[in-house]
Amino acid sequence: MNHPAGIEGAVTNPTGIGASMRRKEDMRFLMGRGNYVADIKLPDMTAGVFVRSPHAHARIVSIDKKAALAMPGVVDVLTGEDLKTDGVGGLPCAWPVVGKGGAPTKEPAHPAIAQGKVRYVGDAVAFVIAESLAQARNAAEAVVVEYDVLPAVVGVLDAIKPGAVAVFDDIPDNVCVDWELGDKHATEAAFKKAAHIARISLVNNRLVGNPMEPRAAIGAFDRSRGQHTLYTTSQFPHIVKLLMGNFVLNIPQHKLRVVSPDVGGGFGVKQFHYAEEAVVTWAAKRLGRPVKWVCDRSEGFISDAHGRDHVTEAEMALDENGKFLALKVSTIANMGGYLSTFGPNIPTNLYGPLLAGVYTTPAIYCEVKAVFTNTVPVDAYRGAGRPEATFVLERLVDVAASELGIDKAEIRRRNMIPSNAYPYQTPVMMEYDSGDPGGCLTKALANADWNGFPARKAASAAKGKLRGIGLCTYVEACGLAPSRIAIRLGVRGGLFESAAVRVHPTGQVTVLMGSHNHGQGHETTFAQIVSERLSIPAENIEIVFGDTDKVQFGLGTYGSRSLAVGGSALWKATDKVIAKGKKIAAHMLEAADTDIEFADGMFSVAGTDRAKSFAEVALSAHFPVDYPLEILEPGLEEQAFYDPVNFTFPCGAHIAEVEIDPETGVVELLSYVCVDDIGTVINPMIVDGQITGGVVQGVGQALYEDCVYDPESGQLLSGSFMDYCMPRADHVPKVSVETHITKCTHNPLGSKGCGELGTIGSPATVINAVVDALSHLGVNHIDMPASPHRVWRVINEAGGAARVAQ
Amino acid sequence: MLIQFVLNGKPVAVDVAAYDLLADVVREKLGLTGTHIGCDTSQCGACVVHIDGRSVKSCSTLAVTLEGAKVTTIEGLASPSGQLHPMQQAFHEQHGLQCGFCTPGMVMSAVDFASRNPNPTPAEAAAGIEGNFCRCTGYQNIVKSVIAGAAAMRVVK
Amino acid sequence: MLNFEYLRPSTVTEAGAMLGKMSEARPLAGGMTLIPAMKLRLAAPTALVDLAGVPELNGIKVDGKTVIVGAMTKHADVAASADVRRLIPALADLAGGIGDAQVRNKGTLGGSIANNDPAACYPAAVLALGATVTTNRRKIAADSFFTGMFETALEPGEIVTGVTFPVPAAAAYEKFRSPASRYALVGVFVAKTTGGVRVAVTGAATCVFRASAIESILAEKFSAEALASLRFPADGLNSDLHGDAQYRAQLVGVLTKRAVAKLS
Repeated sequence: MNHPAGIEGAVTNPTGIGASMRRKEDMRFLMGRGNYVADIKLPDMTAGVFVRSPHAHARIVSIDKKAALAMPGVVDVLTGEDLKTDGVGGLPCAWPVVGKGGAPTKEPAHPAIAQGKVRYVGDAVAFVIAESLAQARNAAEAVVVEYDVLPAVVGVLDAIKPGAVAVFDDIPDNVCVDWELGDKHATEAAFKKAAHIARISLVNNRLVGNPMEPRAAIGAFDRSRGQHTLYTTSQFPHIVKLLMGNFVLNIPQHKLRVVSPDVGGGFGVKQFHYAEEAVVTWAAKRLGRPVKWVCDRSEGFISDAHGRDHVTEAEMALDENGKFLALKVSTIANMGGYLSTFGPNIPTNLYGPLLAGVYTTPAIYCEVKAVFTNTVPVDAYRGAGRPEATFVLERLVDVAASELGIDKAEIRRRNMIPSNAYPYQTPVMMEYDSGDPGGCLTKALANADWNGFPARKAASAAKGKLRGIGLCTYVEACGLAPSRIAIRLGVRGGLFESAAVRVHPTGQVTVLMGSHNHGQGHETTFAQIVSERLSIPAENIEIVFGDTDKVQFGLGTYGSRSLAVGGSALWKATDKVIAKGKKIAAHMLEAADTDIEFADGMFSVAGTDRAKSFAEVALSAHFPVDYPLEILEPGLEEQAFYDPVNFTFPCGAHIAEVEIDPETGVVELLSYVCVDDIGTVINPMIVDGQITGGVVQGVGQALYEDCVYDPESGQLLSGSFMDYCMPRADHVPKVSVETHITKCTHNPLGSKGCGELGTIGSPATVINAVVDALSHLGVNHIDMPASPHRVWRVINEAGGAARVAQ
Repeated sequence: MLIQFVLNGKPVAVDVAAYDLLADVVREKLGLTGTHIGCDTSQCGACVVHIDGRSVKSCSTLAVTLEGAKVTTIEGLASPSGQLHPMQQAFHEQHGLQCGFCTPGMVMSAVDFASRNPNPTPAEAAAGIEGNFCRCTGYQNIVKSVIAGAAAMRVVK
Repeated sequence: MLNFEYLRPSTVTEAGAMLGKMSEARPLAGGMTLIPAMKLRLAAPTALVDLAGVPELNGIKVDGKTVIVGAMTKHADVAASADVRRLIPALADLAGGIGDAQVRNKGTLGGSIANNDPAACYPAAVLALGATVTTNRRKIAADSFFTGMFETALEPGEIVTGVTFPVPAAAAYEKFRSPASRYALVGVFVAKTTGGVRVAVTGAATCVFRASAIESILAEKFSAEALASLRFPADGLNSDLHGDAQYRAQLVGVLTKRAVAKLS
């Protein structure tokens, strides 16, 4: 396997940092022994099925449970009224933002089961519990709900029209928050001086995340101890415990355990506290029996939070040499029918601050209206805000380059932050600590043979095909997040991470991580960090995560934070283990602890051959005979918390080449080249996999995936894999991954993160290539997905295949 | 009704309803949860098993139709001593899995494909797993795994 | 899925009798459409008559200038059949492009044509090749078999037992797959038969149909160039998320040209 160049050569520890060791977690998955929530069976367990609204907007006139309750095996039927009776609270928003003039985010009540009104197709109206799933399904059909159907509002542009249907009676304009960032006056002044203004209007298409494992949740209650347990497909079990226990169900934290075992992909979709989690936990207590709910895929389409869904107008002011003077962006973002956990934060804090990209644009102003509509709530999906920002900026840069007749690589170079200008303060809040986007661009242009493109284009033209090349540079803010900054930006909590290193008496190690592994390879990567630090082989290290009874606390996995933040916590925990080990060794070796060095698994007295192994020290800590009990506690377990001082800023350059069949509009993606700066790489193989997977998810957005609602009825038209086009193996090209590293300057690992960058760079890269292929037709933008039908229509409207040969 | 078939080399008898799907029977009644359910429209392939040596989607197969059949699930692929099948080993070596949810179905499809296509090109391998969705890997390493696994299966033969 | 009675006959006669007795009973072939529909509760038959145990329905035979494919023959077997590959390679290609490998390992010819999904591939082959559908009661010419969306000439209790395909002088199938479902957004089957050039289009409208205007052009001159100025009318074609009627009309033209080019 090819790995990012220039890393593996120096690695000596086969399970240490920089080694492409094969993954520790693979075996159970390969043998069918993974343990996903749907696999769990508890004694006396019941099965639950949600009755969901078939209407986008309606008043609930009545719900008649009688017929359902009389059906075989039915245990109970619960509704929003039952939630009210039991005093169950609504689902909280964890990250509201501050709007223009200090206006707060509007946070309408979000009951776990609808009360009074339904606000999207899929809104839960009842929960049917039976002895078996088949019985629950049958009974769900017998719940009679009478609706008074109301007109629905679906698209964001419709939602802000005067007189639009109001999703919430007390929010007549549907605006959740009207947010801004940047210096409006400086931006407008710069536009007045501009030699050229490039403009673009675009839509960032709505997506359904579709991790392959559908969501699932099991509630259980032990009356004898008053103890609740929730098994859930979550990326952050501790946050579910905090949000659900504290705000929804009023369960004291010590009486609630949340377990997220193996989770089959998340991509953001599983980093929210969902209604179903609260409902099964609540129902399990009412019944005194475990209650299991497993989402069907069709149900997931109408109940998993969706992603993206922006409509944007943007303008860039340039001088006569193509230097960026200012950027103005106005976006309307869909929040859906209620606020999901992080809803308002995504199109604001995770979007506006990224609009500087890797450029020196001195003035930027961005305003975002987040609006309610009668659709599924919208929240983070892989990249979350940053792909949207990159798409706006990089499309606009291409439009400007075309209009000014400047090469697309050249215009980027002219405006790029030079590597010696870091740390670099942007006009939109962020201070980039390190990076060399120009270096990434140079390598990417070489790897993609940018200069050889005209010959390839001619070869395609000879076959009757339209060839295009697309380039995108990007920066992302990840490693979420410095708590102080995040709290100032509205988050209701901290964003540090925790790690505990438990050294067993025999020298093996169990590591307890607050982050959650659902495909990222944590069990391998974190073991490699410990292996490197403590010089023990990875096979002697076990990584534990996903159980709030085992792991003390954690903020979970999202925003490419697990390595940069969680890994840094782990680094600090190993520091503490080494420090304590030195004290123990000093006693054993009758030396001062300041004289003890730790290297290659040995604690030694500097300058001598007197040494104790890591295992000997671990044993001494647990059998403290020869041990300084007067000054040192026995045992060897250390926990560390790490709160980053800044975001991390991976950046890079991506290049794609496409070939379009003008007769059918089919876009074939021929090649995709990435050169990314992600800081220190722990496992090149895993990095390669994360980047490739991310790129393909972004390719999905660019070419295939589209979540489409009927604009009148609010019915979801792309509600299954029959109509929602997931990328398949034969859709994707070879992705070439290379790194160009500058280290993160503010965390001990020097790592920046790599989980989202593929998804951040690829939509803009691919669409830039598609537009390039069509540019001779006067096309300067095409919305995503660039499906065959849409591309053909664009070609046809621009004059048809007749003009193609030009 | 009681049906009898051979599951992973061992005869089993299990009481099923007419509407029970094979995927549900192996997961819920026979305790083999390696076969996953990722959709309800027979598209995603997480549930792929072999019936009489051919890969099929167990989520759209009625269990009652299997009287006398030979069924292999992901749990039946490795040797009883735990030695991985060459295709499983190839997925491990080539980093052909991330979250692991699609993996059982993907591997079962790959084994059937490779048994008929011992020396596939990347395009053939990609087409061979068109009935299996993976959301994590971008398929690139899965295609490499299928090719490497096919090569290893040739050697084992 | 709602409960139903499961019946497993071993002869066609027995199957016909079972279906005749119960009006809400349905035959079960590969189940690739029926089972998902039942899961989503879009279909709820009271009984399923499983045809898998009827050996006479399975297999491929060559008889003079015809290829006879049993109704329960799986797509994968048609695709791999040496006889089909030799005599009607376009039919093997078509079968090898239906759904995915797992669909082809279970789905059957009889199930496909009896269901007559507007976007299914097999109806195009049956119609373009001028095949004859044999049932437990009679023989039905392809031209009168496909009657509308999910509708055929089959009567209650009638079971497709096989399809007799006359070997054409030449034939080609071009399919534009729906990017999501892999059904035919449009599929065009062009055949030079003893009865003349026949062109059948699937996916584009509510039911497979013969493109008679294209057939006349090709009857005069069988070449892609003859179709150069073809503008297939969009009237009556389907519009959905993946393509409107104009786009489907465009695809009918393009795919027909490509199919003809393959044969020239």
